[in-house]
Amino acid sequence: MRARVTITPRGRDSRSAGLLADAHALGLPNVTRLVAHDIVFLQGDLDPATTAKIERLLIDPLLQTGTWGTPATDPQVHVIETMLHPGVTDAAAGAVLHAARRLGLRVVSAATGKRFEIGGDLDEQDIDRLVRRLLSNAVIESWAVGEIAPKAENHSVTSSDLDVTPVGTESDTESDTGDHTVAVTGDHTVAVIGLSSDELEALNTERGLSLDPEELLVVQKHFAGVGREPTDVELEMLAQTWSEHCSHKTFRATITDSSGAVLTPLIEQLRQATNTIAAPFLVSAFVGNAGIVRFTPGRTIAVKAETHNHPSAVEPFGGANTGVGGVIRDILGTAHLPIACTDVLCFGPADLAPAELPDGVLHPRRIRAGVVAGVADYGNKIGLPTIAGAVLYDSGYTANPLVFCGCIGVATDGPTLDGPHPGDRVVVLGGRTGRDGLRGATFSSRSMDASTGEVAGASVQIGDPIIEKLLIDVIRDANGLYTAITDCGAGGLSSAVGEMAEIVGANVDVSLTPLKYPNLAPWEIWLSEAQERMVMSVRPDKVAQLDALCRRHGVELADIGVFTGDGQIVVRFDELVVARIDADFLHNGRPRRSMIAELPTPNRSDPLGRVVADPIATLLALLAHPNIASKASIIRRYDHEIRGATIVRPLVGARSDGPGDGVVLANPTDSFGLAIGIGVNPWQGIYDPQRMAWAAVDEAMRNIVVAGADPDMVCLLDNFSWGDPRRPSTLGDLVEAVSGCVDASLAFKAPFVSGKDSLNNEYLTPDGTRTSVPPTLVITAIGHVPNADKVLTPDLKTPGNLLVLVGSTTDEFAGSHLDSVQGIPTGAAGISASVGVVPAPDLHAPTRYRRIHQAIQAGLIRSAHDCSEGGLAVALAEMAIAGCLGAVIDTLPGDDHVTALFAESIGRLILEVEPGLLVDLHGLLDEHLTVLGSVTAEPVLSINGVGNVSLDVLRSAFIGDAS
Amino acid sequence: MTVVAAIVRGPGTNRDDDVADALRLAGAAPRTVLINDLLAHPDVLDDAQMLVVAGGFSFADALGAGRLLALELTIGLGDALTRFVDSGRPVIGICNGFQALVSTGLLPGSGSTAALGANDSGRFECRWVRLAAKSQRCIWTRELTEDIDCPIAHGEGRFTCDDATLEALDANDQIALTYVGTNPNGSRGDIAGITDHTGLVLGLMPHPENHIVPRQHPLFTRGNNSGLGLTLFQHGVAYAASALQSPYSPYQHSGASL
Repeated sequence: MRARVTITPRGRDSRSAGLLADAHALGLPNVTRLVAHDIVFLQGDLDPATTAKIERLLIDPLLQTGTWGTPATDPQVHVIETMLHPGVTDAAAGAVLHAARRLGLRVVSAATGKRFEIGGDLDEQDIDRLVRRLLSNAVIESWAVGEIAPKAENHSVTSSDLDVTPVGTESDTESDTGDHTVAVTGDHTVAVIGLSSDELEALNTERGLSLDPEELLVVQKHFAGVGREPTDVELEMLAQTWSEHCSHKTFRATITDSSGAVLTPLIEQLRQATNTIAAPFLVSAFVGNAGIVRFTPGRTIAVKAETHNHPSAVEPFGGANTGVGGVIRDILGTAHLPIACTDVLCFGPADLAPAELPDGVLHPRRIRAGVVAGVADYGNKIGLPTIAGAVLYDSGYTANPLVFCGCIGVATDGPTLDGPHPGDRVVVLGGRTGRDGLRGATFSSRSMDASTGEVAGASVQIGDPIIEKLLIDVIRDANGLYTAITDCGAGGLSSAVGEMAEIVGANVDVSLTPLKYPNLAPWEIWLSEAQERMVMSVRPDKVAQLDALCRRHGVELADIGVFTGDGQIVVRFDELVVARIDADFLHNGRPRRSMIAELPTPNRSDPLGRVVADPIATLLALLAHPNIASKASIIRRYDHEIRGATIVRPLVGARSDGPGDGVVLANPTDSFGLAIGIGVNPWQGIYDPQRMAWAAVDEAMRNIVVAGADPDMVCLLDNFSWGDPRRPSTLGDLVEAVSGCVDASLAFKAPFVSGKDSLNNEYLTPDGTRTSVPPTLVITAIGHVPNADKVLTPDLKTPGNLLVLVGSTTDEFAGSHLDSVQGIPTGAAGISASVGVVPAPDLHAPTRYRRIHQAIQAGLIRSAHDCSEGGLAVALAEMAIAGCLGAVIDTLPGDDHVTALFAESIGRLILEVEPGLLVDLHGLLDEHLTVLGSVTAEPVLSINGVGNVSLDVLRSAFIGDAS
Repeated sequence: MTVVAAIVRGPGTNRDDDVADALRLAGAAPRTVLINDLLAHPDVLDDAQMLVVAGGFSFADALGAGRLLALELTIGLGDALTRFVDSGRPVIGICNGFQALVSTGLLPGSGSTAALGANDSGRFECRWVRLAAKSQRCIWTRELTEDIDCPIAHGEGRFTCDDATLEALDANDQIALTYVGTNPNGSRGDIAGITDHTGLVLGLMPHPENHIVPRQHPLFTRGNNSGLGLTLFQHGVAYAASALQSPYSPYQHSGASL
C-alpha cells in the first residue's frame, strides 16, 4: 500500500518567505504567495495504527501540520511538486525508514519531495521560469504541475539499505549486491586500433573522454603493442587519469614562450622553490592528497585547498556541498583528522539584470544562495568550523562561478603508513556507489555552454556529511588497522585504487562494491564519483577488526580485492576481467603536452594617479562595494565556533561586526595555535599577473602576521582558476602568475606545499561569445602562532593610542577597488598605459613582518590591520567600525590625498600603539613610520584636509542590510 | 571519586569533543559512548554519574532536529533514561541534545510539550550570546553568580510552547536560562534553556562548552575575562560528585568504568 503525507510549517515560515523574495528578485513580481511543503511518500503495511504512529513521528504539532493524501487547494493556486531523480541520495527517506524500523512499523520504502503552492496572476511561461530557475533543479529533480507521482524507482531507499553489508575475505564474501548487479558478459572492448585521427576524435567526443589528439595516438599505439583493443573500463580509466583535473597537463607541460625559450614546467618551478627554501618544518609537499608540515614536535598539520567550480555552476548546493566533502576527504586521505574549513567564493554581480543572464546560466543570486547553503550544510553538519574565506563579485564569474574549498587537519606523530604491501586487501569504506558524478574529472576539464547543465547532470552529486563524519570517527579509531589510505574523489575507485596501486598493482572485483541501485556497468562502478568513500589497504588479518569497528560506527565496509605486487591493475566483474592495464603506463604513459605561451607585457614604468571629487563619498562607496562590505550574512551561517579553537574569528571587534584579517585556531588547552590567511586579487591579474601573484602572497602573509603568526613558520597553498590555457595569452598570464608565486615564496621563505589548478573556466554562449574568468589565484597561508594568548585583532582598542602606518604608499591603482567604484580611467594610449601600474613587490616586507611579529610578542602593538582592498581609508574605517571608536588622522603618507587614501600598495599595515611605546616600536621596526594620528572616543573618523564622517555612517555603508 | 560523565554520540553528533574538554576541565572524566554501543549495552549508564547529549546533527536532523536520536533514547533504550534521572543523576542536553530531550518528553516533562522551531531569521546562526541563570530548581544553574557568554550555532533554536506550558514553566521555576540583550532566534520568553521538575535535567540551545578558557571570548583581545561557560559544568559536576558521596545516594554505583 502506498500513501503520502504533506507537511506544512505552522506560523512564521521563513523558507517560504525567502522563496517569495527570490521569486520577486527573478523578475516575477506577480507572485503574491509562495508556500513550500514537504512530502513523504511511503510504501508498506499502512494500517490506521501505523499511520498514526508515522504522523506522530513526522509531525510536531507545535511546529507543523500534516495532511494525508494530496491536499485540496483553491483552483486559482498553482501547484508544483518536485522530487529527486531516482538514484540521487535521499537522506530524509533513509531516516524515515530507520525511524519506522525503530518503531516496529512495516514500511518497506520511502521517498521525499516538495510541494509549492503559488498564488498570483501567472501564465504558463512564468510558472515554467519559476520552476526552472528557483523551485527545482533539473539536474537532480523532476517536477510536475499538480500532484507528482513517484515511480517505482523513486522508492530507491528501501529497508534493506539499512543493513550493513557482511564482510570477509574475497573468497568467503556473500555479496548482498547480488540483486543489484547486471549480468556482465560478452564484449566490452572499444575499437581504437587502426582508427584514423578523425575517427579517434569522433570516439573522443562520443565518449566524452576529453583526451588530446596526441594522447589518443599514444593510447592507440599502446594497445596495438599489447595486441588487443582496450575495454571500455580501460579507456575510461585512462581518460580519467589523464584528465586535466587529475593529471595537471598544463602544469606539467613543456611550455615555449614567445621568444622561443623553453620553460621549466610550472609544477617544477613551484617544487624547486620549495626545495630551495628547505624549511625545517616541511614534511611533505606536492605529493599525495595534501601538503604536510610540522610546526610543533609530535604533531603534523595537513593542508589542502580544492576547487569545485563546474559542479557549483550547474547545481550550486550540491556542487559546493561535495566540494567541501571532497577536500575534507583529501585531508583524511593523509591520515590527518580535519579541524577546520575555508572557502573563497566568486560570483557574478548579485544585482545582474535577468535579461543579461546568458542562456543556460543560473542567476548569481541563486548560485550564491545555493553555494553558501551547500558550504554551510556540509561544514556545520560534519562539525568543522568554516573559519576563513573571501567573497568576490565580478561579471567574469557570472557564467563561471568559482568555489575554492580548503581544509586543515592534524595528526599526532605515529607509525608511518608504508603500504600498500603486496597481499594487503583493497577495502572500500563509507557510502554506496551509484551513477553519481560519472566523468566528473573529464567534465571539470572542459569549457561549459548552454547545454552543460543538462548533459553534465550525472556529474553532480549531493553529499552526505553525516556519513563522512562517521568516516572521520572510524579513521580516528582505526590507527594500526590500515597500511595506506586515500580518498575517492574525481575518478572514484579508478583514481583511488589506481593511485594506491601505482607501484604494486591490484586485482579487484567491482561486483563486490556495495551499490545504491542495480544495473551499473563495470566501468560505471569503477569511475563513479559517489561521495563519502575512502579506500584503505589493510593487512588480511586486520580486516575483521576494521569491520567490527565500522559496524559499531554504522559505516559500511567492503573488501573488493588485493594489492598484488605485479604492477598490473586488474579489474574484474566477478570472474570476467574488464580491465588489465599496466600501472606504469596508466600513470606515466601520458605524453607531455607541449604548449605555447604569449607572455604579457604589463606597464610597470608609467604609474597613473587618480582623481576623486569627494573622498568621503568615495570611502563610503568603497565600504559598500560588494567585495569589501560586510560578509556577516554569510559568515554567520557557518558554524565557526565548533571545536572551541577559533580564537581570532572572521568577524572581530566590540560588536563582532568588523572584518578580521587572519583567523587563529588554538585548542583550549594548547599554548600555541595556527593562523590562516587568504590573499586574492584577480583584478590586478588582468593587468599584471606576476605582480598580482606576489601581492596575493604578501596579503596572505600580512593577514596572518597581524593575527600573531610567526612569518618564519608559514606554508602556502596555491589555487589557480583560469581560462583555457590553450590560448597562448591565457597561458602566458598563468606562467607569469606562477613566476610571481615563486619569487614571493622565495622572498618570504614560505614554501608552497600543495596546490591545485582549475583551468578551462570558460563559457561559450549560443552566439559564439566566449567568456572567461579573470585570472584568479587564491593564496592560503597557514602559519604557526607561538603564543595563543598574544593574538591580535584589528579593532581599535583605546582612545589616545597612536595610529602608525608602515610600508610605502605610491600611486599604484591598476586593478584597484577605487577603479571598481568610479570606473577605469580612459586614457589616450592602450589600456595598460591608461590604468597605470599594479602594486609592485615590497622587497622589505619579509623583514618588516618578522619585526612586527617581534613587536607583537613584546606587547608593543594593541591592534593591527592590513591595508588592502580600498587602501588606507577603508582600513582605517574598518578598524574604527570594529572598535566602536573614532580616529583623528592629521598626517597622510605623501602629498596626494587620493593616493594616500585609496592606493592599494602592498606591504602596508596600520598599527595601534600606546604613545609611550612608540619609540620602542620605532626602534624595533627600524624603518620610516608615518604617525597618522590617534584613536578617539568620539565616534568620528576625521581626516585632516579631507573631511569627517561619523562611525554610524561608516557602519551603515559597510554593513548595509547584511547584518 | 571522579564523576564519570557519559557523552552520547549518535551519527552526526559533533560537539562531543567540545563538551568532553569542558567536563575534563570541570574535573569530571568524560566517556564518549556510541549510540550503537549504548543500545547494545544500556547498562553502561549504570557506571556514569552524569549523562550528556551533545550537540550536532544527529541522524542529519532528517525528520526534525533530534527526533531520531530521541527515538533511540526512548524506544531503543527502554526505560534506561528515565531510570537514570529517577536515580538522581544529572542530565544535560545541549543544542541538538536539547532538541532530542524535548522530543523524548523528558523536557519540559510532566506531560507538557514544547518544541524548538526554526529560528525567526530562517537561517542557521552562529554568534555569541549572553545568558542569565534564572532557576533555583535547576542544579546546573542555581549556583551561577554571573551571566554566561557563549556561542549559539543552530538553525532551529526557537523555543516555543503554548501559554499554559509557559506559565507552568515559570511557576515551577523551570526556566533555567534566558537570553540577555539579543534574543538570537525568537524564543518565547527569551528562553535559552529549561529544566525538568526535578531540576536534574537541563536542556539549552547555546554552547557553554565553547567558553571554557578566557581566550575563547570574542572580546578577549579587548580585555574581557568573564562569563565562562565552564562554571555551568563545574556546578553540574559538583552536584554529581556530592550525590555520589552522599550516604543517601539514590542509586548503586558499581565503580566500574565504561
